[in-house]
Amino acid sequence: MAENIAEKLAEKQREISIAEFFEKNRHILGFDSSTRSLITSVKEAVDNALDACEESGVLPDILIEVHKVDKDNYRVVVEDNGPGIVKEQIPRVFGKLLYGSRFHALKQSRGQQGIGISAVVLYAQLTSGRPTAVYSKTGKNKEAHYYELVINTKTNEPEILMEKIVPWDRPHGTRIEVEMEGTYVRARKQSIYGYAKSTAIVNPHARLTLIEPTGDTQVFERVTEVLPVEPCEILPHPEGIELGTLIKMLRYTERRRLTSFLTNEFARIGHKTAKEICTKAGVDPDVNPSDLSRDQAKRLLEAFKTVKIIAPSTECLSPITEELIRKGLEKEYDVDFIATTTRDASVHTGNPFIVEAGIAYGGSLPKEEKTDLLRFANRVPLLYQQGGCASTHAVEKINWRNYELLQPGGSGIPQGPVVILTHVASTNVPFTSESKEAIADIPEIVDEIELAVRDVARGLKNYLAKQKVLAKRKEKEEIIERVLPKLAEKVSEVAGGPQPDIQPIVAKIMGNVLVQKTAEQNDNTSIVTIRIKNFSESQKEFKLHQVSAVEIEDPTPKPRVSSFDGQFDNIWKVSIKPNAEKKVRYTVKSEQSPGANPLVEGILAEMVTGADALPKKRVSE
Amino acid sequence: MSVEEELLKAKKEKDSVTKQRLLQIIKTIYDQFTNEQIPQLLIPTRTKSNIAFNEESEVWVYGERESARSCKTVRGAYSLLKSSYTIEFLNKQLDENRSSTLRELYYISEGWKLAKFREQPESDRMIEDLEIITELQRENFHVRPEENGATIFGPIRIKENVERRGKVSERVIHCIDDVGEGGYQIPYNVDNLDFVEHDAKFIIAIETGGMRDRLIENGFDTDYDAIIVHLKGQPARSTRRLLKRMNERLKLPVVVFTDGDPWSYRIFASVAYGSIKSAHMSEYMATPAAQFIGVRPSDIVNYDLPTDKLSDQDVRALQSELTDPRFCTDFWKDEINLQLELKKKSEQQAFASRGLDYVTDVYLPERLTSLGII
Repeated sequence: MAENIAEKLAEKQREISIAEFFEKNRHILGFDSSTRSLITSVKEAVDNALDACEESGVLPDILIEVHKVDKDNYRVVVEDNGPGIVKEQIPRVFGKLLYGSRFHALKQSRGQQGIGISAVVLYAQLTSGRPTAVYSKTGKNKEAHYYELVINTKTNEPEILMEKIVPWDRPHGTRIEVEMEGTYVRARKQSIYGYAKSTAIVNPHARLTLIEPTGDTQVFERVTEVLPVEPCEILPHPEGIELGTLIKMLRYTERRRLTSFLTNEFARIGHKTAKEICTKAGVDPDVNPSDLSRDQAKRLLEAFKTVKIIAPSTECLSPITEELIRKGLEKEYDVDFIATTTRDASVHTGNPFIVEAGIAYGGSLPKEEKTDLLRFANRVPLLYQQGGCASTHAVEKINWRNYELLQPGGSGIPQGPVVILTHVASTNVPFTSESKEAIADIPEIVDEIELAVRDVARGLKNYLAKQKVLAKRKEKEEIIERVLPKLAEKVSEVAGGPQPDIQPIVAKIMGNVLVQKTAEQNDNTSIVTIRIKNFSESQKEFKLHQVSAVEIEDPTPKPRVSSFDGQFDNIWKVSIKPNAEKKVRYTVKSEQSPGANPLVEGILAEMVTGADALPKKRVSE
Repeated sequence: MSVEEELLKAKKEKDSVTKQRLLQIIKTIYDQFTNEQIPQLLIPTRTKSNIAFNEESEVWVYGERESARSCKTVRGAYSLLKSSYTIEFLNKQLDENRSSTLRELYYISEGWKLAKFREQPESDRMIEDLEIITELQRENFHVRPEENGATIFGPIRIKENVERRGKVSERVIHCIDDVGEGGYQIPYNVDNLDFVEHDAKFIIAIETGGMRDRLIENGFDTDYDAIIVHLKGQPARSTRRLLKRMNERLKLPVVVFTDGDPWSYRIFASVAYGSIKSAHMSEYMATPAAQFIGVRPSDIVNYDLPTDKLSDQDVRALQSELTDPRFCTDFWKDEINLQLELKKKSEQQAFASRGLDYVTDVYLPERLTSLGII
């Protein structure tokens, strides 16, 4: 009985093609809604275009067109000036899932698995029933090839419906045209426009032209002519490698001795380290790698963790750089302040990674909305699943009130006219799912993002603190220069009294030292009083100068007098506590006017009301 | 001395007191300048957290807390500057025996440069501030509001004393026989009114024009000997003052009939307890004996009235009323909590769903009986 069932089941059991699998599970690849499908399609094509251009050293010039075909269908065209694809490869690049050049390379690139663009082709043929058209040309004097193709979902092989040679005025490049079901939106971050804008920020070397279904053309111009440093391939780093991978490498290596295997197939293992690892693991360094047992392999893996091995090389990474993130933000946002940072490289599970962050503030950004979070991984904008992303979690961990931003409830994304940008570049960005919209919460990565964001947030905090002081100062200046004189004038006019001296009140409001000189005219002398009052909160020490044309008489306290150019400089040393008041008195012959205003030395001019600072050049003694 | 001369003399004396009190404010600021104090004026804080019940007058007045308009801040400095310009203007206006409306004052400030008001509510507030400091009323400053068009209609004879260009004249008006359907329009200065005679048993103050017209059309005033006062939304000072005077002088009970939503409860509160914005006038304007007829949230249930959903703002307003000391009674707590539970509100005119006569034949008589008015 049981046997029969097993046999019956066996009749139904057969291989599932990868294409069939994705036909049924398209949401995994980011085709779960009609809006998102359109965005994902553009994104996959543009990611490929950017990768291709950069690998061949061409400044990317990419055209994105979205046309409305009928009620539900759109045609998406993406054209680049990249190196093109050789004729034989065209059908498989576009018409076969899991076919690509980058899967086996340990290197930072946008695409990895070779799924993206063929998934677009698959989605298009499923929803519109139309094949995908591809143009490609590999050089000036080469012919342009045109293909119309679909994917045979049973076999996961391309099916060519038409192939011909066509005239094409581009010197080289690739153009793909797909028709599919979709919904075009614009007014939000999760849109083709939003994707293009975000992409333009982190790819300041690229020019993107977007023609929308309305016919509106938007050019995201490049701001640098310098291509990013081309990341290079690296060998796997022993830290973080898994047992299965190690066993596989041991079995298929061409090396005949374990030490040679370790030094040649891994990054950062020299001869000495290799020996040390073998000793630690208790394995013969001269043994043939393929003879190692599972147990020995496991001991080897443990030795990787205990022996000190230097971190993987970071040459394989290509950060955007602080300067270009700044330029990118500058060109796409009208703001008052930008801070950017590129952190040193770190390692997660054997993969090197670099985190960069930027923050933009003020300008025309909306004041009372939640902060815009721009997340990137290997220069690709992440538009969906913000709540599940390590970048978001890192930002949410921060107490933004410490950085002068509003944070309702004391946690989560801050509020204000702010854009926060995070970029994780790695040979292997750990995504939470195949649609590559959220970075997994690897502790090392979350920590690095948090440090990077804190770094730029500190810059913002300093800026805001400075602005606050300036605003306060400006406010006080408005009071003392505009309002107070007018108020004194008006109240004395209405009250019918002489206009009061407003200097003491100015000093009080500013928290300054007041120097107030008054003169009382007698028959042939005038008695001068210089009143000093400290309205600040700290003790002040300075010198008070009073220049006079004649010698002053009966001064209390006595000044030190020096003469120059026939004039006398009377100098008092003043030391005055907060809220204390001191007076200097002297007499001069009445023919003489009370003389110039007193001057101060050894105190900032801004801290004094009623006296100027002594000009620097006169401080000769 | 003729009566007219005496009136004018009394008026002059009143004006001179007003001038003195206004100039005292200027003097205060001036002295602060000469005493090296940062100029400031202290005014009672005008929020719901600073109103207190006065046991004697049974109305809500400002509490002990004061806020300073100080030259330490830009806002305070401008406020003082504007005060001084306003006082200068009022002073001149009193000298010349002229008057102006609140709106005119706002436009007059146009020429004051730095001291110009940005919007009329700002100049209105300034006048209120000056009322509070001087303990006078804006009528003393010769400043009057716009007519707001509130009316009374009912069996009462009123004598108006009108002063124009220095001449005083009298007019006697019966508020049914001598007026059209629109009723007698309440003047801004109701202290110039005398009550000659009346046949009324109570006064009913109504929020909306539609309900007022319904009562008049149905002959509610003659059937029940009622004086109908149209509040026209949040009532003007003159309307509230008139209600208080009629209540005190004529010993007539006052009932208030509004929509059943939080904004309407505030209308009742300002009639009965005094408003937060002009709590300095409460003793002069509030009618503590006024009773609330409805629409009560419990009426929505009891009379099965057609309803609208409470908006978010309505809910916030209700919640704010729960912390408003004026509504801190069991009646209001129960009703407001009930309404928050129902999540519904009703207009007074919702009674029309039971027929046009329902409100005058059933609802109001029932409510008036239970309040002990009839």
